[in-house]
Order: sequence, then C-alpha cells, then structure tokens
Amino acid sequence: MSSWVSETSIEPWSLIAEQQSKQTIQGEFGATATFIGTMRDFSDRPDISRMLLEHYPAMTSRYLDKLEQSAREKWALLDCLIVHRVGEVTPGDAIVVIACWSAHRRAALDACNWLIEELKHQAPFWKKEFNAQGGEWVTGNTDGH
Amino acid sequence: MVSSNFKLAETINQMSIQVKFFASLREKVGHNDVELASAQNALEAWQLATNNMTAPENLLVAINLDYAKLESTLNDGDEVAFFPPVTGG
Repeated sequence: MSSWVSETSIEPWSLIAEQQSKQTIQGEFGATATFIGTMRDFSDRPDISRMLLEHYPAMTSRYLDKLEQSAREKWALLDCLIVHRVGEVTPGDAIVVIACWSAHRRAALDACNWLIEELKHQAPFWKKEFNAQGGEWVTGNTDGH
Repeated sequence: MVSSNFKLAETINQMSIQVKFFASLREKVGHNDVELASAQNALEAWQLATNNMTAPENLLVAINLDYAKLESTLNDGDEVAFFPPVTGG
C-alpha cells in the first residue's frame, strides 16, 4: 500500500508497473483497476495553458493515508497505489494516479471509483488555472459528467 | 488579586495557536501563517487573524489536520487552517 504527493512530473503507467513489480501477490490478484486524472487545456474557460496545484502538505499526507486505510477496510484489496501531483502542470500532464488490486473485479473497480471521488472531496488540494487572461482558482469539482 | 491577574496574563502569553491559510483565501487574507497568543475557537482565530474579515459561506476549517467547525474549541498548541472547497484529483 502506498500513497504520496509528487512535486515533479509523474508517469502513471511506470508508477503502476513499478508498484506491481514490488508486490508479492502474483497469482492472488485477478483484477487491477486504475484511474488516471490528466490536465485538460479547457475548463469553463478556454485555452488553459498551465495550472498550479497547491496543497496543505501535512493534512494531504494524513488524508491520503486515511482514504487508503478506509478503502482497505471497505473492500478486500490486495494492494493500492495513490499518487497526486502538486506544483505547476501543463495540459497532458498526469495529476493523479490510483490503482487497486484485488482477487475479483468488483472490489478493485468499486474501491478505485470511491477513492477518486473521496479524494476530490476531502484531500486538501487546490487548482489555479491560467490562460492569456490570467489565473483563476477552480472553485469546485465537476460532477464527473 | 494582582498576583492572580499576573498569572492569567502569563498563561495567555504562553498559549500559541498557529493559523494557516491556503489557496484563494491565502491570497485574499494576504499571508500564509499567523501565530495567535489566544483564541477560544476557530471563529475567533479567523476574526483575529483576518482583522475581522467576513468569513466566506463555503469556508472550510481544519484543526490539527482534521476537518472541524468554526465553533470548534482551540487549545494551546493547536494548528487551525482555513481554506476554500478542495479541488484536487
């Protein structure tokens, strides 16, 4: 089980592969569910060129751990990975990676979905988007459409 | 009487409440951190640290890294943070 915040760019598939290479659960898991959040170049405003991701470091770390622990209590997970980016990102950069491993698909899929929704509503991260007109703080989450 | 007043002042002086602001609130308030000598609850900490700025309706509060309320009591050594709704992920 691992969760952390990265101040430098993250490579989602490499992180997932690296996590899997450290596991000793080969043969036990039958499902891996992943969510990767990536920066768009649009929001309510067009032509977003960059974004600043701010966080409250001590509380972020505490909440990522709490979410991971809660997911383990709710579902029979064999392993879990949560990595969230902070600092300056540009369109196409990965913002968050979540991966869940379980024996059967339902636990991994449900846990992964729950983790991203809870993270978006609890973990203290904030986004400020910039375009040619300047920077604006994002004021809320989308409903996920 | 003088002696007990002195003790009270001494006790107040020894208290320390760390106040933190994040994101749009940090920019609005104009600073990241403030140290207060005393505050009974988060609301009082907000009022003292912002010079009585009106608290936004969607203001979030955390005390010692856990979500709390404006009415939540503060104790010596506590860290109280104020921030807008979170938007990570």
